[in-house]
Amino acid sequence: MTSTTTTPRSATGSVALHGVTKVYGQGEHAVLALDGVSLDVAPGEFVCLVGASGCGKSTLLNLVAGLDKVSGGRIELGDGVNPGLMFQESALFPWLTVEGNVDVPLKLRRLPRAQRRERVAELLRTVHLAEFGRKRPHQLSGGMRQRVALARTLALDTPVLLMDEPFGALDAMTRDILHDELERIWAERKLTVLFVTHNVREAARLADRIILLSSRPGRIIYSTRVDVPRPRRIDSPEIASIAADVTDRLRTEVGRHGQ
Amino acid sequence: MASDTIAEARADAEISGLDALEIAGRQKTTTRAATLWASTWPKLAALAIAIAVWQVVVWAEIWPPYSLPGPGPVWQELVRQASGPQLWDGLVTTLRRAALGYVFSVGVGLLLGLAVARFRVLRAAIGSMITALQTMPSIAWFPLAILLFELSEKAIFFVVVLGAAPSIANGVISGVDYVPPLLQRAGRNLGARGFNLYRYVIAPAALPAIVAGLKQGWAFSWRSLMAGELIVVGISQTSLGAQLTYARELADAPWLLSTMIVILVVGLGVDAAFGAADRAIRRRWGVLDQAGQ
Repeated sequence: MTSTTTTPRSATGSVALHGVTKVYGQGEHAVLALDGVSLDVAPGEFVCLVGASGCGKSTLLNLVAGLDKVSGGRIELGDGVNPGLMFQESALFPWLTVEGNVDVPLKLRRLPRAQRRERVAELLRTVHLAEFGRKRPHQLSGGMRQRVALARTLALDTPVLLMDEPFGALDAMTRDILHDELERIWAERKLTVLFVTHNVREAARLADRIILLSSRPGRIIYSTRVDVPRPRRIDSPEIASIAADVTDRLRTEVGRHGQ
Repeated sequence: MASDTIAEARADAEISGLDALEIAGRQKTTTRAATLWASTWPKLAALAIAIAVWQVVVWAEIWPPYSLPGPGPVWQELVRQASGPQLWDGLVTTLRRAALGYVFSVGVGLLLGLAVARFRVLRAAIGSMITALQTMPSIAWFPLAILLFELSEKAIFFVVVLGAAPSIANGVISGVDYVPPLLQRAGRNLGARGFNLYRYVIAPAALPAIVAGLKQGWAFSWRSLMAGELIVVGISQTSLGAQLTYARELADAPWLLSTMIVILVVGLGVDAAFGAADRAIRRRWGVLDQAGQ
């Protein structure tokens, strides 16, 4: 759905927010979720949005994905770009097999059958699940389900990936491995990623840039580049020191709501 | 670069290792025959107990044998009936009526349910009316049906549809209402909008509730049909309901009871078919596994 606030841009993978505001409800009960958020994401950039509860992180992704409309400001995406969205839960369709799930966006794009089969196999290889195509989602572990969801999103062939705490429900070991996987796929496919998390270390591990959002209403209060060379390790001292800095600022922000 | 390939191979090994560890122990070990027997023997035992209780009541001679015959004579009567044409003609008549009424109810129920689930105005207008219709005992419709259609097939058909369609519509409505919003958002993001959202997300997600509605609809239509056939007797064909009435009038208790058994078996058979469909869906969805079945 192309809303009136979305205008085409030449650089396909770029995402630009100009003073984006989102209000829920009306009159006295109106809640200001996002207040004048401006953000420029370059094609191929990996940006992590970090914030405490109520900072409108998920709202922001919904707006960029076009699942919700802005109350003010505008969002610019590349020409004809329909960003892919991933959630904390895999949101796989339980009535379909792994293959069937990955096939849905291809079917909706009316690709011929032979081409679809080839693409599904290729995508499942990409996420290391080639042998699991005939399984159903409930037969897989949480980490495997998220990889299927990633493959399904990649099937959209979109340059922009929006991720809403996609690894939030996973154990640390699985999360580490999935960080490596996501980093590899991001680099291979030159994706632009907007990644929402409340895990500051995860943000420091993955991001080119970390954006800190305030809570109620959500505003950008801090932004920092992560210049640690890749491949990175989540337990490296450089990542830890960046995470410590962001955590301090996050705590100050959370403390502001205590009075 | 060689170091890259080694690192990649290590990453592959880590991933497949983790997958293997997490998948382990999720496979079922029981055989199909064992599962079948486990679900069958309690039913057989219950049946044996029911027949035994029946026999004991007959032996107690609370009622004379011409009112309540024992399992033996009823079984003989059932075998005799099964070898003649009358039972089968009746069964065909009844099943034809059931199928006709039910199929029509399914059509009405699905359309009505979808319309109410889709349009807010319709929901406000007739949503609660459908539930109200469902609570109305179908036999209470018969006097009106007879006034409208006289003692005819039409009267039976009218009541069967009124009995079954609201349940089916309600199944559709609750099915559509409880489609997880997350799946709808995912579907929309994957490009399913408008009709495609219904085709790819809402309809399959609502299927378990719709099947439950279809099952309940069948139960209602079968009951309504039996009530109808008892009341609307004497329109030529010897339906199962009509045979019950004749058996009572002739005080032929074995015939009456054997006809009742046929009615029970038909109801159970269709119910079992719905149960199998329901279980197949739940197994696909992985709901059964979580329940430890």
